[in-house]
Amino acid sequence: MKGLLKFITCGSVDDGKSTLIGHMLYDAKLLFADQEKALELDSKVGSRGGEIDYSLLLDGLMAEREQGITIDVAYRYFTTDNRSFIVADTPGHEEYTRNMAVGASFADLAVILVDATKGVISQTKRHARICALMGIKHIVLAVNKMDLVGYDQKRFEEIKHDFQQMTYGFNLESIQVIPVSATEGDNITKKSDHTLWYDGKALLPYLEDIEVIDDAAQQEFVMPVQRVSRPNHTFRGFQGQIEAGKIKEGDEIISLPSQERAKVKSILVTDYEVSEAGAGQPVTVQLDREVDVSRGCVLTTSENVQVTDMFSASILWMDDAELVEGRNYLVKVGTKMLPGTVMSIKHKIDINTGKEVLADKIFKNELVECDISLSENMVFDTFENNEALGGLILIDRVTNMTSACGVIEHALRRSTNVVWQETDISREVRAQQKGQKPLTLWFTGLSGSGKSTLANEVEKRLVATGHHTMLLDGDNVRHGLNKNLGFKEQDRVENIRRIAEVGKLMNDAGLVAITSFISPYESDRQNAREIIGDSYVEIFVSTPLEVCEQRDVKGLYKKARLGEIPNFTGISSPYEQPENPEIEIDTSEYSLEEATDYVVKEIMKFLD
Amino acid sequence: MKKLSHLDQLEAEAIYIIREVAAECENPVMLYSIGKDSSVMLHLAMKAFYPEKPPFPFMHINTTWKFKEMIDFRDRKAKELGIEMIEHSNQEGIDQGINPFDHGASYTDIMKTQALKQGLDKYGFDAAFGGGRRDEEKSRAKERVFSFRNKNHAWDPKNQKPEMWKLYNTKINKGESMRVFPLSNWTEKDIWQYIRQEEIDIVPLYFAKERPIVERDGNIVMVDDDRLKLEPGEEIQYKKVRFRTLGCYPLTGGVESEADTLDDIIEETLGAVSSERTSRVIDQEAAGSMERRKREGYF
Repeated sequence: MKGLLKFITCGSVDDGKSTLIGHMLYDAKLLFADQEKALELDSKVGSRGGEIDYSLLLDGLMAEREQGITIDVAYRYFTTDNRSFIVADTPGHEEYTRNMAVGASFADLAVILVDATKGVISQTKRHARICALMGIKHIVLAVNKMDLVGYDQKRFEEIKHDFQQMTYGFNLESIQVIPVSATEGDNITKKSDHTLWYDGKALLPYLEDIEVIDDAAQQEFVMPVQRVSRPNHTFRGFQGQIEAGKIKEGDEIISLPSQERAKVKSILVTDYEVSEAGAGQPVTVQLDREVDVSRGCVLTTSENVQVTDMFSASILWMDDAELVEGRNYLVKVGTKMLPGTVMSIKHKIDINTGKEVLADKIFKNELVECDISLSENMVFDTFENNEALGGLILIDRVTNMTSACGVIEHALRRSTNVVWQETDISREVRAQQKGQKPLTLWFTGLSGSGKSTLANEVEKRLVATGHHTMLLDGDNVRHGLNKNLGFKEQDRVENIRRIAEVGKLMNDAGLVAITSFISPYESDRQNAREIIGDSYVEIFVSTPLEVCEQRDVKGLYKKARLGEIPNFTGISSPYEQPENPEIEIDTSEYSLEEATDYVVKEIMKFLD
Repeated sequence: MKKLSHLDQLEAEAIYIIREVAAECENPVMLYSIGKDSSVMLHLAMKAFYPEKPPFPFMHINTTWKFKEMIDFRDRKAKELGIEMIEHSNQEGIDQGINPFDHGASYTDIMKTQALKQGLDKYGFDAAFGGGRRDEEKSRAKERVFSFRNKNHAWDPKNQKPEMWKLYNTKINKGESMRVFPLSNWTEKDIWQYIRQEEIDIVPLYFAKERPIVERDGNIVMVDDDRLKLEPGEEIQYKKVRFRTLGCYPLTGGVESEADTLDDIIEETLGAVSSERTSRVIDQEAAGSMERRKREGYF
């Protein structure tokens, strides 16, 4: 009996994916009698006439049945005499591409369907590219609806040629092209008399026989640490799954990123002790000495595993919100999760031609190459070497959406080359000399909300009470430090990032930095909070839009309303309200003096 | 090294998932229904953290209509393994006398769905393990391993977060929660074979034995206590029956069987002509009823 085969079916909508699987299960007598009965019943009730509609076996959600389409990936489990299978049937609509990618990340092999009457279309290409991105090495192209082209060999060869040309250069180990009819059952479980010119196997026998070899066992030992187990003072075990290679008692391993070395003292596979364990096993490893290991670290014997804080990646963008340069996300690789910034979008990939296209914004379902910079070091390997340490997801920090998935191509710098220069005089020393606690007072609010006026008054009061301050005003900074930035979203993101870094430097110098910027996006303010750390105090000037527009000190609202200023916050660009500001003040309700009194009183709580 | 068997792979996947939750979630809980899937899940949790005890409690939602043998088994297991077992019932439902005979579908809603939501809210659990498997039912076949619930515990099947490789996204906003299904990729057959391989203790009701039953609407219902009132023409018979799934005794259909060993059960399961949920009386409703209940917060 061959090992488990996980495969997906994909391809464009109406190419017959669900029908293919349904027919395969039905023909191979792999359905329970009640499912078969329900299927016949559903088909009669359904609007597609009295014939058995095999796709109803898989389209399990009510919305799917109503609309007659597949929305999300469905998993089916079946076993023939020769092999156990898990098949993920994936949606064909472009709208649901991310759900197709979910299936692809899970599979060893993809059955891509094309409609023989339509040939290789852009959705076929999109799916083939995503399969390759997600690490699928074996592809079956099922040329479906052969009955509708009279089982014409010439048509079949044309499609085969197109597909092979398109996938040229993909990193695949096998491609098999099979002529089928999912509704008629040709070449599904047994070879069809209609295609005597085809000399390969029918689909199911092909799937039963194919070898998908995972070479993880032959590689060097790699184990990302999931958690540290310390039930008592004598036991300290590192728990995780061995992703590659094997390990024996007494072997010397390296712990990354600390690069400390230690020997293996004991190994548990689940709850029993062993002297040796290998790829795929869940283990608890004890080492012979104290080393710095926590969740997200990697134990390995390999010299190839790298440590970096900046890498280049190929990703599939899956979020409804677009990707812009400079945005900050949570990056998860292996068992490590860190804040990271998409520093630059290098290009996107044209789905049809595979060509690189320049872009500064990326929309849902686009494939893109970009550089990602992390807040600290992360252990990784290229996806090609090790899927577990080379695959990544990006998580939106506000919505928590899984915004992108992708693979690490290569490190952009070895972290060892760039070391933080430690200076002798510390931040604490500089602060102490000035007799104050450094803070960054981050004023945020709409244009005309009174941020700058208030910030100015606050600075005067702080100076009067002997504090050392520095005010960074939005408009003023744009005249110098940020003069190369405009008002597009990615420029605004970069604007705020630079201000945050300057705020941090001011704090390092022992100063109280006061910043006054609209800073409309929650994710950017979160990023600023992260850069600046404990010194960050967010002051939300919550004056309502109507009041700001009425004041219109600089006449900007009027121009924005006339469409003369694009991307104007509050009018044609959103302002995301802070969720948990340290201080909030609505200047429409108080006089300037009252407002200043209040804000200064609140700031003092952080200063002392 | 020998190649891992199919069961070894499933075990490794489940343990990985269980450890991820323990490492990343603030306040997880493992739902324990006393059935065979829960027994497997509990066994996996014990193995995942050994020599430590699982770093989270277990919770049983008691409708008060479970088989007596189930409750005895639960209490014995919790004591034996030294784990924390929380029991929660919907007290309001009990006070109103809600029962499976008179209240049909609303019984399931009040005593199961509402009770579950109450239990999760009461302790503020942000992640709850469940023993659901994708081969059980069509809407389950579509569900992610980490399945998100909004503040009202509702599932949005049309808008599930992508789940790639083993990179589970456990980030949620305040008030939201997750259901986590470590047995997603197991089939009923895998469950039984694993129970045999690991010699996992299960409730004796799974084995065929002579039991007092009545036949009602084509189902075999066990007379577990005197709350089951006989209808005209019904009489208690003694038949050798077993149960493929366990739940509330009035809602759980038994099957006549001679299978009184694990090997017999596995053989019966392999040759089964009907999938296991047909023995759950409540599921024989219109297609989509499970999805509807899940949207309302059912597990």
